[in-house]
Amino acid sequence: MKDLSARVLNMAQMRGASYADVRVVNRTIQTLGVRDGRVQEMLQQESQGFGVRVIADGAWGFASCSRDDYADVDATLQRALQNARASALTKTRDVQLGPPEANKGVFRSAYKMDPFMVSMSDKINLLLKADSEMRRMKTSKAHLLTRGELIFVREEKTFASSEGAYIQQEIVESGCEIQAQATDEAGEVQTRTYPWGRHQQTRGFEFVLEQQLVENAPRLAQEALMLLTADACPALDATTVILSGNQVALQVHESCGHPIELDRVLKQEASFAGTSFLTLEKLNNFQYGSEIVNLTADATIPGGLGTFGFDDEGVPAQRVEVVRDGRFVGYMTNRELATALKLGRSNGTMRAESWNRLPLIRMTNINLLPGAWTLENLIADTDDGIYFDTNRSWSIDDKRLNFQFGTELAWEIKGGKKTRLLKNPIYTGVTPNFWRGCDAIGDASEWVVWGTPRCGKGQPAQTIRTGHGASPARFRNVKVFSKS
Amino acid sequence: MLGPEKLKQLADAALAHSKAEQTEILLRATDTALSRFANNAIHQNVFESNVTLRVRVILGKRTGVAESNDISAEGIKRAVDMARAIAQLQPENPQNAPLPPPRAAPPVNAYFAQTAECTPETRARAIEQICRAAAAQKFIAAGAYRAAVHENAVANSLGAWAYHVGTIADLHTVTLNDAGTASGFASDASPDARALDAAQVARTALDKAQRSQNPIALAPGEYTVVLEPEAVASVLQYTAWNTFNALAVQEERSFVRGRRGEQLFSPLVSVYDDGNARDTFALPFDFEGTPRQKVTLIEKGCAQAVVYDTFTARRDGVASTGHSLPAPNLVGPLPQHLFLAPGAASRAELIASVARGILVTRFWYTRVVHPLHVVMTGLTRDGTFLIENGQVTLPVKNLRFTSSYLDVLKNTRAVGRETKLMHDERAAMSFRAPALAVDGFNFTGVTQ
Repeated sequence: MKDLSARVLNMAQMRGASYADVRVVNRTIQTLGVRDGRVQEMLQQESQGFGVRVIADGAWGFASCSRDDYADVDATLQRALQNARASALTKTRDVQLGPPEANKGVFRSAYKMDPFMVSMSDKINLLLKADSEMRRMKTSKAHLLTRGELIFVREEKTFASSEGAYIQQEIVESGCEIQAQATDEAGEVQTRTYPWGRHQQTRGFEFVLEQQLVENAPRLAQEALMLLTADACPALDATTVILSGNQVALQVHESCGHPIELDRVLKQEASFAGTSFLTLEKLNNFQYGSEIVNLTADATIPGGLGTFGFDDEGVPAQRVEVVRDGRFVGYMTNRELATALKLGRSNGTMRAESWNRLPLIRMTNINLLPGAWTLENLIADTDDGIYFDTNRSWSIDDKRLNFQFGTELAWEIKGGKKTRLLKNPIYTGVTPNFWRGCDAIGDASEWVVWGTPRCGKGQPAQTIRTGHGASPARFRNVKVFSKS
Repeated sequence: MLGPEKLKQLADAALAHSKAEQTEILLRATDTALSRFANNAIHQNVFESNVTLRVRVILGKRTGVAESNDISAEGIKRAVDMARAIAQLQPENPQNAPLPPPRAAPPVNAYFAQTAECTPETRARAIEQICRAAAAQKFIAAGAYRAAVHENAVANSLGAWAYHVGTIADLHTVTLNDAGTASGFASDASPDARALDAAQVARTALDKAQRSQNPIALAPGEYTVVLEPEAVASVLQYTAWNTFNALAVQEERSFVRGRRGEQLFSPLVSVYDDGNARDTFALPFDFEGTPRQKVTLIEKGCAQAVVYDTFTARRDGVASTGHSLPAPNLVGPLPQHLFLAPGAASRAELIASVARGILVTRFWYTRVVHPLHVVMTGLTRDGTFLIENGQVTLPVKNLRFTSSYLDVLKNTRAVGRETKLMHDERAAMSFRAPALAVDGFNFTGVTQ
């Protein structure tokens, strides 16, 4: 690895690059899936290659290749340099990275059970058992479709730069999901998933076992069947809403995580992902939420899906404040933009999906810090409201201001009790108004670092794994309705 | 680009090493160059070269799949051995389907050297045109220019061999004002990079951005809309996924289940999928090597066929239509080369036919709210305008919709005569669609 990186970095500088870095990545992904009692998917994918990022003539170029023989390495570097020089034809200023980051280090994510050492038979049997437990709830009145999936990832990555950085990382991830979908003759379709979509962490197989898929399977299927005949969520212009912890995680991801990406703020993502309502003048000068709202970007939480040792510019993982007492106080940055805006050292959020993608500013673990309530107390304290659980659809505008989210189920709350199951619930709002209406947040006992493994951004498309520490929370004056 | 001989060598090496009853090799080689720009300058400029080999082995009622991009002799053997080991570890699946028999797919010429050889300097010159046009009017342009070569090859132990190479060039921009309060979108796509018209893309996006300044807020409600082709592509994509997919029908979650031949949509609407057509980004066989059939999904408003892969075809006792995704596949067969047949109206006539309505350039962040009726939510973006008495009058603040895409095809009152080719990189789907005039489109919110 050292030979390849040293050769690339030396040649890059000899050919005129003022900066170069190289990432060599080897990723293994194992996916197992069952559907309706049968094995549907057993797949192992291995991908390896290297990516070279250079600055030449004051502009960026990047090229990547899956093959590492001498000719391919040479041609790839040449393409990176040619790309940089073509970028320079339109540049308005030279790229500046600020002080060098010459870090050296090794990072390995912690796990108790290496998921690749657990037999595939044991894994598939776990899924089949959970699937069987869901199908046990079948009735003659409805069709029940069940499925489950496990995923395991091992990423080995070496980063080296012309500034002297040399970093090796190994990150292991484990993820799981089961789902029951009920349909009836009237054409109603209702789905329940557990833990929520696919939950994932940078941990070992012990994470999957802790989720108790088999134990939760019957309840999940029963809820999907119950939803078929549930009442529709009422349409209310302003009501009190309690979101489950996993829905708060999604809310944080979409309405906080994306708008604090500094590349979006500076319109670098305008052509695809969009921009941000959190424009520069709002930094330290904008009430994002109520005074109990505190948010961090923290790449150091053990087990978080957005946890790592160093980002893909070689900057150490950090914990930074994003919202303090409701006030917006921080962006996610990289070396170039932190330097350009004089924001100090990059807070280390540049991440690439793999060897073949350019690092972008990406969420790490964006967390809503815990408050003082148990979920039980939150509900008991609510006279009239609706509890929303587990995301089903999500949509938000290109500035991350106007959102509409639907969940798989909801419960009407009357007099401090859950009284009626509701189907097809949707709530909608405007980001800062919504967060300013937050008046209660679940405590540490309710707090989970939810994994969101499919966050898309960039062109060419890339998907990154992010985490969100969250507990249930209550919001006032929220518009709700249903749609079927 | 590796070429058919090299890919055949790799496939043969993998097949020779396999001792399974049946073995399938899927090879995909890509060279993708992309220049991305923002704030009137290129800020990301990338190139990727990758080759993946996917091995599917079938041992009786068991299937194992392994993929690797290590195409050395040892790497190929390791992938084959891994697929076999995976298959051996699993319980039998009574529904396991054997590989499809060899069927020759007629070749389609979809390769253009000018795209494959498109240099960073060529892309930079096109981007410069867009950025200069924007800057001259004190606007800023963002966007991307992609030039890609895709090789696909499928071989199996029954003797199948299929190879195709195609190119994709596409260019798009979002041009916006400095405050980010007004924006316009335009794009162009073709297998041949020489066909891209950067000047036209620049003009269209800038014109929309300029006309989008100081938008008014319209009350939510039902409106007649003129959907431009990018918005129509979204309608086609989600309707195809959720409705005209044999697995969705078999799992009783498709609206057209048991309704073949019924007049479910406007008689002006005909939709088909054709991976062999010369006016799309053709790929004449699917990822099992089965030739892609032209499949009519909607004929003059009547629901027609759905698409099949080997697994779903076997369940229904019919032949695969050649719409498989790479195995293992949880989402079922998909139409990936969709066409909405053109009508008779020019774009101006579509707009002129609307007394009061909304012109939509494209949709953004579309998500399924309810799958059976393809109820979707999303927003308008980068050019939304009020139509009054047949004229585009004022810019409108972006609106949120929560509406059935099936209703869009049902309530279509006129179809444009010019079609546009589009490619969705994320979905790996191509669309050729005209603009549509649609009654009763349900907007449920207005943005700030």
